Amino acid sequence: MSDIVRRDVRIEWIRRNRLHPQHNELASAPGPTRGPTGLLRRLPHNVGFIGPNGIRRIDRGAGAQGGAGGLGARALSHSAQTAPLLLHHVEQPDFYVAVVVDIAAGRLSSHDRDVLGQAHRLVRIHADDGQGAVVAIVLGDVREAAFDTAGVDRLIHLTEVNRQPLTGYCPELKLAVLQAVDSELAPRYWLFPDSIHGGADLGARLAARLGERPAVQAWQVDAGQTLCRGGSQHTDWQRPTSRVMLLAEECALAVGETRHEARPIELAAIPQVSPQIQDRGPVEVDPGKIALSQAEFILAAGNGIQDWDQFHQVATALGATEGASRVAVDDGNMPRSRQVGATGTWVTARVYIAAGISGAIQHLQGIRQCDKVVAINLDGGCDMIKRADLSVIGDSRAILAELLALACARRGRSGPGTAPIEGSQEDRHVA
Amino acid sequence: MPDVKVNPNPRVATLVSVGRHPESGRARRAKQDARAVELGLKMAGTACRLVHVGDTTEPALRHYLGMGLPQLSALQAGPDADAVPALARHLNEHPADIVLTGIRAESGEASGMVPYLLAERLGWPLVSRIADIQTVENGVADVLQALPGGQRRLLRVSLPFVATVDDAASEARQYAFGPGRRGELAISVADTTVDEDRQGWQEMPAKPRPKRLNVVKAKSAADRFKAATAKPQGQGGKVIRDGTDREKAEAIMTLLVAEGVVR
Repeated sequence: MSDIVRRDVRIEWIRRNRLHPQHNELASAPGPTRGPTGLLRRLPHNVGFIGPNGIRRIDRGAGAQGGAGGLGARALSHSAQTAPLLLHHVEQPDFYVAVVVDIAAGRLSSHDRDVLGQAHRLVRIHADDGQGAVVAIVLGDVREAAFDTAGVDRLIHLTEVNRQPLTGYCPELKLAVLQAVDSELAPRYWLFPDSIHGGADLGARLAARLGERPAVQAWQVDAGQTLCRGGSQHTDWQRPTSRVMLLAEECALAVGETRHEARPIELAAIPQVSPQIQDRGPVEVDPGKIALSQAEFILAAGNGIQDWDQFHQVATALGATEGASRVAVDDGNMPRSRQVGATGTWVTARVYIAAGISGAIQHLQGIRQCDKVVAINLDGGCDMIKRADLSVIGDSRAILAELLALACARRGRSGPGTAPIEGSQEDRHVA
Repeated sequence: MPDVKVNPNPRVATLVSVGRHPESGRARRAKQDARAVELGLKMAGTACRLVHVGDTTEPALRHYLGMGLPQLSALQAGPDADAVPALARHLNEHPADIVLTGIRAESGEASGMVPYLLAERLGWPLVSRIADIQTVENGVADVLQALPGGQRRLLRVSLPFVATVDDAASEARQYAFGPGRRGELAISVADTTVDEDRQGWQEMPAKPRPKRLNVVKAKSAADRFKAATAKPQGQGGKVIRDGTDREKAEAIMTLLVAEGVVR
């Protein structure tokens, strides 16, 4: 295309002439205006729109009503085309920093990301010794994990070792893998998240096996010194940085500015081990006895629920812990201890089903840390729908009835495990 | 409670330490260790042995005896001694099938490494964070492990083993002063070595950790304004408007199964 800007003098004339029959259709979509020299002209009076009270409003965020060439439109186009992150490339690493991520529920947690960020800090600190690579060791199934943006240069991902699956509790198999990694790559540091999802356990096992003294609950790590939190959180220990470290939460900022290769590495051989601990699978626990703040799976009810017996049946059939919005509690349908939200409990569930909850801001604050939110609501425009990962628009009573039928069908198929309906009945206090 | 078959045979040893009250800082029985003692009492009754390495003059040790146990083996060692060799030697001389401990100490470095080092030294399996031991039969134990979120997992482990006891285990019974006074504190001097690694370390009162601020990486003022005022929103979830109720319920069920919360 040539650079010469051609003006359509006739259209400009029509735009100026309010009496022209075509004026309205051309003036409404003005497009960029060019001056006589081809310069882009901006008419400041066209920015924004006139609000209902006659005052000009400039909506810089939405940019929808911004005038031609207005700031809103420009800002929108800027943020829409986010530049791709810079690729951090490591061809021949001189040393490795190994990170064993938890992958609790198949996802990288924020703790995992912080530990990966700390690994990159250590790589940068030791930049004099050459280029280091962060190798993430992922043991078990992965559901969704953006390893490249989390800062993984090399990836060791195993779902089975010597035809033994790495699911459930298998610390002995995992330890064998880590030992193989240690002998093959000889990482300069071993970093673990000091978490209850298995990171602390595995890190302590590896440290005991390698004969290293680990830094536990480390929260400030640099090349020479490490600060560790002591017992009952009331002392700090300053000590030399060790090779195996169990890092506390928020130990470093996660990687955010770069993209990484996440290039897979194959391990040569992993020695055979015969585990002495055998995982017999999860045990059913009464979901009503789990504290709301700890529960993994919550079915919460709000103003849209009329049939409370049905709601309790669905919760029992699904094995979900019951929650409630403030309205349901105030109306006396659920006990106060089951209230979710800013004035109730802040929950950390992996899956949260909101049935008949429109999503007041206090309630949305309470479920901020939930992974997956499912909304069942009649109102397709409520705030809960905007927050939810899966929204179903419809009558909650009919949908819960279908869900109950499906859950009962599943239960009948999966075995004789009957729902412990009795016992929790008296717990259901009505205010 | 389901009826639990308690085998009187397993020899249980519980490793106890001196705890620290979170508010007053006074010495007390450590919470997790007390739960371990409670589990030991359930498994072996008063035959459960208590072992402590460290300061034997500490009066808080009698709190464990006050839970109804006749004797506590206290191995005298200095404050900078390494407890693991002494414990391993003690367990070799007085064999046990199950060794119970808390997860972390309530004072000092509190690395939680003692059970791991002990298990490594003895060559025993270690089960972390248990809530209960259900049965012990034919040299194997069925152990209930506590998981985050109130979940439980059943593990089968061969004897002998080391286990750390989680806060989810049953609450420790109250201790009584009289039995605590009457119980025997069997003091012996442990042959320990000084923990050389820790000599250069500095202990200081805990600094408050800086709270992480929510850093907004917005380029323009409009983006920053939006980040400060916008309501929390998901990343564009799936919305199902049409279809029968059955299809909608099936969509929810598919998600629940994919997330693994419904089996």
